[in-house]
Amino acid sequence: MSAPLVIFFVLAALAVIGAVSLILQRHPIHSALSLIVVMVALAGLYLLMGAEFVAAVQIIVYGGAIMVLFVFVIMLLNAGEEERTDFSKLAKFGGLPLALGLTGLLAATMTRHGASVRNPDTAGSLAPTGQISTLLFTTFVYPFELTSFLILVAIIGALVLAQREKG
Amino acid sequence: MTALFSHLDSALSGAPGYWVLTLIKIALLLFIVLTVNAYLTWFERKVVAFMQTRMGPHRVGPHGLLQPAADGLKFLFKEDVMPGGVDKFVYLLAPFLALTLSLASLAVIPFGPNPLPFHFFGGHQINLWITNPDIGLLILFAITALGVYGVALAGWASNSKYPLLGGLRSSAQMVSYELALTMSVVGVVLMANSFSLTDIINQQDSSKLGFFGWNIIGWHSFTQIVGFFCFFTAAIAETNRVPFDLPEAESELVAGFHTEYSSFKFAMFFIAEYTSMITVSALCTILFFGGWQSPFPDWPSLHFTHYLPSAILLPFGLWVIYDGLKYETIWGRLVLPVIGGVIALIGALLLAGRWITPLYQANEFIQAPFWLLLKIFFFLFFYVWARGTLPRFRYDQLMNIGWKLLLPVSIVNVIITAAVVLLRYKA
Repeated sequence: MSAPLVIFFVLAALAVIGAVSLILQRHPIHSALSLIVVMVALAGLYLLMGAEFVAAVQIIVYGGAIMVLFVFVIMLLNAGEEERTDFSKLAKFGGLPLALGLTGLLAATMTRHGASVRNPDTAGSLAPTGQISTLLFTTFVYPFELTSFLILVAIIGALVLAQREKG
Repeated sequence: MTALFSHLDSALSGAPGYWVLTLIKIALLLFIVLTVNAYLTWFERKVVAFMQTRMGPHRVGPHGLLQPAADGLKFLFKEDVMPGGVDKFVYLLAPFLALTLSLASLAVIPFGPNPLPFHFFGGHQINLWITNPDIGLLILFAITALGVYGVALAGWASNSKYPLLGGLRSSAQMVSYELALTMSVVGVVLMANSFSLTDIINQQDSSKLGFFGWNIIGWHSFTQIVGFFCFFTAAIAETNRVPFDLPEAESELVAGFHTEYSSFKFAMFFIAEYTSMITVSALCTILFFGGWQSPFPDWPSLHFTHYLPSAILLPFGLWVIYDGLKYETIWGRLVLPVIGGVIALIGALLLAGRWITPLYQANEFIQAPFWLLLKIFFFLFFYVWARGTLPRFRYDQLMNIGWKLLLPVSIVNVIITAAVVLLRYKA
């Protein structure tokens, strides 16, 4: 097995273990920490595919900013351990078939198209940041601007909600 | 699947010599940085002491030079108390996170442009960095972004009121200042057109630009002075140092997030803090002060500036000998002159490069690292200086500075820089 493949399996295992632990942990902080493991493992996978910039942004935005806020809020509310409850009826009867269906769909696609579903579009060995930005600001400029508009709306919404509570 | 990673195959399964070399470099860098950390505490205590007309540490070893070693031993042998009711896993994880992340950030800092003049086994170049990725700056920011966890989790896991408040404060502070920290650097990135730290340094080299050849004008501290002030202020806040050390305001919070940590776990937070001070100083030097570039132009008439290392080391060594000979203890009278002698000898050998070729090459080689380290040392001194001078900010002042001053100013800076870069690019 080649070295990158070994790294891939280590990172993939980390991501899966983190995701399972996220659900199974009882304490919100432990769940949040598991989610951070997933994020960082994903960043490692991006790096493995040669997407340096995406990997760094994954850690900065998801691993850093967003998860720090999660942890911060959990700390601020001093949330304690959660009680286990029985599965809801919806999850019991709807969840299992859905999960099976998704797994089946993924397995079918993979067996039909081989192990690597599609190679990523990397321009050369490691995609430089400049090429990503060129793509963003030429080919995908409208989706990009729309997304930033959406984020702006979310920020303003958060501000409005916070202000209303104060007054 | 294997086709996906083919571009990495060559890089990862290269000659074993490369791996051995990298591991040696990492071990060496860690050794150097941890030693420098230890003596940074000594330096800080001495400088602050002199600012307050005290002696500072002077009991252990001559001039207190063995104080860091004594402190380290003390940390190792103290009882390791774990308070009751802590979340054990997170409690133990937090200091590891803090220390690992701050040490990891050193991996991307370049210490000099030229590889060593000889090769490692298997013909590998020995560069003065552990790795030099194209996104070095982003990696540093990624590590900074994760650095909050060490502090926040330590405060939370301690199961105690003061650490929890300290942890909350510091995570709020670090998140707020991270914005200003990142925004203030965007101007530099726009001008350098790269995230690579070596590219950013090389772009500041103005010896070709014809500004009379004075490198100082090409440094980003000249064009990005607003960005520099925002960056350095935010960086001090990000490293939780005075005047932004609210997370550990002793009068209110005992010692903040690390109140419940004792023995070596406390030392790990301590080392992490000092390591991030070094990283931030290095980053300041690289981004805004030309990195390893000499401030003097590369003219034959100014070639004598290349002997600045010996001009500093030789008198300093001679002074240490002179001072050591009249030191009050016999131990000091024996040790200090030897230390001074070694320093003076190095200075004299570099000066002898004027006449001896191999020494001349050595002197030329150390120019870049010398300037980098000198500037890093200046910023470290600045940290200590600020600590000895400034009172702590109030919490609301802290938040106001972060959100209402630094962030808008750095955003305006980015807009202006972007406009100028665009105009220059079009012209």
